[in-house]
Amino acid sequence: MGAYLLGRLAGLVPVLIGLSLIVFLIMALIPGDPALAILGPYATPDSLARVRAELGLDRSLPVQYAAWLGHVLAGDLGRSHSLNRPVLDEVGERFAATLVLAGAALVLAALIGLLVGIVAAVRQGGTADRLATLAVLVGISMPSFWLGLLLILLVSVRWRLLPVSGMYAITGGEDLSDLLAHLVLPAVTLAVVAAGVIARLTRSAMLEVLRQDFVRTARAKGVPERRIIVAHALKAALVTVIPVIGIQAGFVLGGAVYVETVFQWPGIGRMLVNAIATRDVLLVQGGVLVVATAYVLFNLAADLLQRLLDPRIGA
Amino acid sequence: MRALAARLLENRLAAGGLAVMAVVGAVALAAPLLPLADPNATAPAARLLPPFTPGAWLGTDALGRDLLARLVWGTRVSLAVGLAAALLAALVGSAIGLAAGFLGGRTETILMRVIDVLMAFPYLLLALAVVAALGPGLLNALYAVVVANIPFFARTVRGAAAALRGRDFVEAARLSGMGETRILLTEVLPNVMPVIVITASTTVGWMILETAGLSFLGLGSQPPQADLGAMLGEGRKVLITAPAVAAVPGLVVFLIVMSLNLIGDGLRDALDPRLRGGTPGRPGAATRVAPGLAPAAPAEGLAVRDLTVAFARPEGAADAVRGVSLAVAPGECLGLVGESGSGKSVTAHAVTRLVASPPGLIRGGTIAFRDDDLLALPPEGLRRLRGRRIAYVFQDPLTTLHPLMRVGDQVAEAIRVHRVLPARAARTRTRDLFAAVMLPEPETIGLAYPHELSGGQRQRVAIAMALANDPDLIVADEPTTALDVTVQAEILDLLDRLRRERHLAILFISHDVGVVRRICDRVAVMQGGRIVEEGETRALLAAPRHPVTRGLIAAMPVLGRRRSAEPRPVPEARP
Repeated sequence: MGAYLLGRLAGLVPVLIGLSLIVFLIMALIPGDPALAILGPYATPDSLARVRAELGLDRSLPVQYAAWLGHVLAGDLGRSHSLNRPVLDEVGERFAATLVLAGAALVLAALIGLLVGIVAAVRQGGTADRLATLAVLVGISMPSFWLGLLLILLVSVRWRLLPVSGMYAITGGEDLSDLLAHLVLPAVTLAVVAAGVIARLTRSAMLEVLRQDFVRTARAKGVPERRIIVAHALKAALVTVIPVIGIQAGFVLGGAVYVETVFQWPGIGRMLVNAIATRDVLLVQGGVLVVATAYVLFNLAADLLQRLLDPRIGA
Repeated sequence: MRALAARLLENRLAAGGLAVMAVVGAVALAAPLLPLADPNATAPAARLLPPFTPGAWLGTDALGRDLLARLVWGTRVSLAVGLAAALLAALVGSAIGLAAGFLGGRTETILMRVIDVLMAFPYLLLALAVVAALGPGLLNALYAVVVANIPFFARTVRGAAAALRGRDFVEAARLSGMGETRILLTEVLPNVMPVIVITASTTVGWMILETAGLSFLGLGSQPPQADLGAMLGEGRKVLITAPAVAAVPGLVVFLIVMSLNLIGDGLRDALDPRLRGGTPGRPGAATRVAPGLAPAAPAEGLAVRDLTVAFARPEGAADAVRGVSLAVAPGECLGLVGESGSGKSVTAHAVTRLVASPPGLIRGGTIAFRDDDLLALPPEGLRRLRGRRIAYVFQDPLTTLHPLMRVGDQVAEAIRVHRVLPARAARTRTRDLFAAVMLPEPETIGLAYPHELSGGQRQRVAIAMALANDPDLIVADEPTTALDVTVQAEILDLLDRLRRERHLAILFISHDVGVVRRICDRVAVMQGGRIVEEGETRALLAAPRHPVTRGLIAAMPVLGRRRSAEPRPVPEARP
């Protein structure tokens, strides 16, 4: 396991370099002058030249990339001109809020998806299966920005059950119950599509596994049906489902952009949308880089989990 | 093509999706011809009219613009942008995938590395980064969605193209002097086309959704032009006072995406031959039994009478076992031999109703084990009997043991599902069982997974599992067939010894008369679902009456003798 982990970590290096290169290039190739964007239309030619030199814009692209990467590795993502604070601080705070939201959504999606998938497989062809198929279809077709608005209208405005938006109430302490009350609607909204995808895959993986010989062996030795489904079939099905949960993490992190906008959640998605609107290049760069890196690491974790479950991989 | 369309229409859900899309598409196309208000004409006096107002059936938005007109025109924009994005992504992605898959080598490595890096980004984040670079705007949002979707096409198409690279018809085209480009376009592309169509049809819904999403965020279509996403974004500002302004365009996005998903699923099912014909239902815990069968009379050991097992197939039901009767007395070994397809395994599995059902159905007969009528037992009664009084050893222990569970846990589980026993005691018992079947290092071998053991060791584990609860009868279904000849002999010796020590009855299924001769007291020969001959092993093999028996004997290799093509009488049985 140790050697495998080292190998996988080494394999991440080219991916991360490629990732940083793309992030850098996209931002470097932006038409328009970042110095002008920072200083505004009334800047003098002198100050423009000075800011350009500060940003390293007068040097060649490879030199700029090397300098930028050096700073990034040293933990310096630059300074956001629109917020006038270090990008790393802003991104760190915002990303923490996104992790709370996306993490809750992914856990919710995995639980609901697995449960619905298992029930649908066990009751294949029955009413529960049909209902599950319908629910999956609705779930994976749901625009989350629309669902979020509907939930706000119904649950928060009409029934007044949960707060409308934000992460904490403006008045009052930042305690856990307050956070949870604010978290429910956005997490549910964000979970719906992923839950549908996971449910669909779990169903087909379970049906595949339940046909296999070792399930017959379990029946032949008198294992109760419930235990066959949970301990034997689900264990084997998870090997195919877990990588998909890993991939869904990417969709959840991306979908957070919509949900954070709808619910005014102070996460990194909303920060990115604002940064794009204000042409805050460094903030966009830093935000994209951090989220993409986190996603790569998360997929590594999913791989490791799959490997723990399936001793045959790489044996 | 016509067959494809027919299959698609047969699928009711896909047909429904097609119908919705046809209506939505027709309205969007006909937008300039319809008697609609000007979608951009503001009317401050008529702000936020509710739906069903005469003259503005869906009401008006915050600037007094007619919502119905805006909806129709917005749908037109959303559809156009989504379809254009799908076409572009399919074109560019497929080109990359084809080049990588068909050319292989360094081109493939470099292209796929780039694709891998693109896929390392969360999907929407990549689109956002592109919009950040290009600036907000409908066309830029379209490009962003295209870039984010290119990797999916490149990957799937590369896989399909790489599979064709070394195929005969490609080589033939090359030998006939065709250039690489022509081969790519005339031989490879048509074969990869279904993959491209499936990928496009399953992602076009996504692309419409994502462009609408970018517009919702204010990064796509810019005022006064509005696609469905931008309408939602505007509606959000008046969500509480006029919910319809946001709810209606969202509903249309949802309907479009769902219809496209239905069509995509239908297309995939219609184009993918593996999914045709429908999947059979999930096998239940016990084989179904036809109603109204006579009860079984108690027997000394196992007694099967007139057993008939049918399989429901799309082309009609077929009997695999037709009126089989057999009996296994306590401590006795009965061999059930026959060619593959003779119904011997189905008979063996039917004893404790392990035949997968559906499609299996026990149509007739009785099965008694001591006082129990196995065809009348409720599921829980059957479960208690399985593995405790009648245990099984199957053919290939690599597929019949759970691949992800330690073998020790699998044996311990067989014990603990039948009696309350602390984990520690179950481990001790497992270790004793491993010693009894002569596995090396019985203390630690239980920690191994099936794939870490040899074939012979795996079968010993399976036998230990069968012995776990001191059963009265073991049904061994071709237990040595997957093993080497020397290992076969060891396993047979083991089974023979165990049965004498523990007074076990064995129902031994095999196609190999030589194996059965070593261990069984009596033999029954099956053909076409019936028992054609039965008797005491030595006598029957010495003087076979039925041609099937003679054939099986002739197929048996005899040491020091050449195989002859003709069936020949069996030589004098050796002492």
